[in-house]
Amino acid sequence: MSAVTTTEAVLSIRDLRVAYATPAGMLHAVDGVSLDIAPGEAVGLVGESGCGKSTMGKALMQLLPPGAEMSGSVELEGEETVGIPTRALRKLRGEDMALVFQEPMTRLDPLMKVSDHFVEAIRAHRPRTSKDEARAMAREALQQMGIPPTRADNYPHEFSGGMRQRIMIALGIVMRPKVVIADEPTTALDVIVEAQILDLMDRLRRDSGLGLILITHNLGIVAETCDRVAVMYAGRIVEVGPVEEVFTAPRHPYTQGLLRSVISTDTTELASIDGFPPNLLDPPEGCRFAPRCDQAFGPCPTVDPVLTPVGGASRAACLLYPGADPTGTVDPPAAAPTDDEARWEAP
Amino acid sequence: MRARIAHALRPWRRANPGARGLVIAGLLITFAFGFMAVFADTVAPYGQSQYCADEFFDPSVGESGVCIAAPEENPRREAPSAAHPFGTTDNRFDVLSRVILGSRLAFAVVACSTLFAMLIGVPLGLFSGYIGGRLDRALVLVMDTIYAFPSLLLAILIAFALRLRLEQLGIDAPFVPAAISVGTVYIPQYFRVIRNHTLSVKEEPYVEAARSLGAKPRTIVSRYIFFNVVSSIPVLFTLNAADAVLTMAALGFLGYGVKFPTAEWGLDVNLGLADSVAGDWWTAFWPGVAITLLVTGLSLVGEGLNDIVNPLLRVKGYRGKVRGARAALRAAGDRGGLADDPAEPAAEGGDLASEDYGKGEGVNR
Repeated sequence: MSAVTTTEAVLSIRDLRVAYATPAGMLHAVDGVSLDIAPGEAVGLVGESGCGKSTMGKALMQLLPPGAEMSGSVELEGEETVGIPTRALRKLRGEDMALVFQEPMTRLDPLMKVSDHFVEAIRAHRPRTSKDEARAMAREALQQMGIPPTRADNYPHEFSGGMRQRIMIALGIVMRPKVVIADEPTTALDVIVEAQILDLMDRLRRDSGLGLILITHNLGIVAETCDRVAVMYAGRIVEVGPVEEVFTAPRHPYTQGLLRSVISTDTTELASIDGFPPNLLDPPEGCRFAPRCDQAFGPCPTVDPVLTPVGGASRAACLLYPGADPTGTVDPPAAAPTDDEARWEAP
Repeated sequence: MRARIAHALRPWRRANPGARGLVIAGLLITFAFGFMAVFADTVAPYGQSQYCADEFFDPSVGESGVCIAAPEENPRREAPSAAHPFGTTDNRFDVLSRVILGSRLAFAVVACSTLFAMLIGVPLGLFSGYIGGRLDRALVLVMDTIYAFPSLLLAILIAFALRLRLEQLGIDAPFVPAAISVGTVYIPQYFRVIRNHTLSVKEEPYVEAARSLGAKPRTIVSRYIFFNVVSSIPVLFTLNAADAVLTMAALGFLGYGVKFPTAEWGLDVNLGLADSVAGDWWTAFWPGVAITLLVTGLSLVGEGLNDIVNPLLRVKGYRGKVRGARAALRAAGDRGGLADDPAEPAAEGGDLASEDYGKGEGVNR
C-alpha cells in the first residue's frame, strides 16, 4: 500500500496509534497513521486544530505526556524506535531526530546562556566533548542559522522571536540528526521571519539530506517547501500525495474543503467546512468525515474507508474511489468525480 | 554574568519604596547583630561566665572558668551602671556581655538550622516534584505530618533525644542538638515550596525542549529546574531564620537548649525570671530585647523580600521611571513623530513600555 518504497525511507511510520487516557475513556488522538519519509524529503502534515498533528510529532519523539499510550512502529533507518529502553531513546532524541517546537519565546531556559544550551545538548550525547569544543560547535551552528557567533554568550531574552526560533533550529541540527520534525515552527512569527526560517530549513534539507516533517495548518507553507503532503483529519491521514497533485487536484472532500477555506488576496467570500470534527472519544463508525461531507452517500456513515491510489502518486481514503472500501461491497456512485472533474484550481 | 546580575536585581529596582525600606531596615538590624556575633570576643567587656576583672579570670579552669585571687568580684544583681551598662545577673555575670555573646549562638543556630533544613528540604522537594506519582504522595504525607505536629514540641523531642545520644557518644557540641531540632521543623516548608515550584517548572516548554534534545533527568533537574526554583528560597530563608531565633529561644527558655553557663538569650530570660519578681528587671529584659530585635530585623527582610519577589505585589507598587523617556517622547512629539501635545497618559504608557523592552529585558513572566 505504499507509494514510496520502504527500503529507502529514513523514517517509516506504520500504523501509529496514540491514545490519551481521559476520565471519559481512551481518546485516540492518532489512529493508525502510516507514512514514509525519504532522505532529503520534506513532508507536510496539515489539518485543522485538534486533528492529531502535534500529538503525532511528539509521539515520533516519544515525548508524550504521562497517561498517553502509543503503539505501532516507527523505524528510523530500519531500526525500530517504539518500545526501546529510555536510555536508547534519549540518545535518539537530538542526535538522530530533532523536534523544533512552536512558540520559540518559551523554549529556551531564561537563566541559561544560549551557548550553554548547546553545551548541554551536545554533552548529553557526547559527554567527552570539552566545553570549548561544544562552544565552537554552537558558534558554527548559530552562524549557519544567520546568528552572529559573537552573540552566543547572550541570554535568550536578548534575542527576538525569530532569532530564538533560529536558535532552536540550530540546537536541533547541531548534532546532525537524520530527521527533523518541525511543529508549526513559524506560527508565532511574522511573514518575513517565516520566509527566512522556511528558507533555512529548505537549505538544510537539501544540503544535509535530512528528512523533514513539517507540521502546520498553513497550506501556503506546505505548498512552498514540501515535496509531499499528508492531510490529517480526526487522527487519520485522509489524503497523501505529491504537493502539486494534492493541491491542484484534491481527491478527498475534506482536502477540497480545506483548500477552499484558504484565504488569499483574491478571496471575496470566506469558505469553511460546516460542522465540527468528531469527538475522538467516540468516533463515528464509518468515515469520520461523513457527517460534514457534502458528497457523502449511502454507505459513508457505516463503512470505514482505507487509503487507496486515486491516480498519480496520490492516495485518499474516501469511498468515492474504488478500492477505498475494505469490505469490497460498496459501488461508488455514478456521480463520483473523474480525474477531470476533481481538478480544482488552488489559490 | 552582568546580564544575570541585572536580571536578578530587576525586581529590586522595580519594587515599591516601602518594601525596599523594610529590607534596608531589616538588613541594618541584622547586620548590627551579625557584627556583634562575629566580633563578640572583642566587643563584649566580659566573658560569658566571667565574674571579675579580666586579669584575675582564668577561663581554662573547670567548665566555665574561675576567678583567682580577685580582690573584687562583680556585684550580684547590680542595676545598670557605668561599669555594667545592662547590669549584672544573680551569678555576677555581665548582662551586656552575655547579650553580645548570645548573638553568636543565635547566628550559629540560625545558620546551621536553616542550612540543615535547606539541604534536606530542597533536594527532597526537587526529587518529589519531578518524579511525582506515589513517591511524591508519600513524601507529601510525611512532610505534612511533620508540619502538622506542634513545632516546639517536635523541636523539644528531637533536641532531648539528640542531646542524650551525643552525650553517649561523648561529642561535645553545645548547639548541634538545638540547631538540628530547630532545622527539622523547617524541612517541610522548604520541601513544600520547592516541590510546588518544581511541579510548575517541569511543565515549562524549555524543559520539554531540553528533553527533546536528549537531556537526562538528572541534567533537567539540576540544570534547568533547580536554577528556576531557587528564587523562592531567600524569602523562605529569612522568614525561617526569624522563626528559628524564636524557637531557639523557646528551647533555651524551657531548658532544652544549651547548657548553663553558655550565653543564650532564651536561657537568660528564664534565669532572669526570678529576678524580675524581685524587681530586678534588667537580667531578663535585655536578652528579651535582643530576641525581639533580631526577630524583627529578620522578619522585615523576609517580608520586604516577599513583597519584592512576588510579582503581584510588585506590580501594585510599581513606581519605576525610565530616565529621559519622557523627554525623548516630547522630542519625538516636537519633530512631529507623535501628536502635537503628548498627553500625560500616553507618556505614562511610553514609560512602561520602555522600561519593559527598552533594556532588552522583556522576559516572559
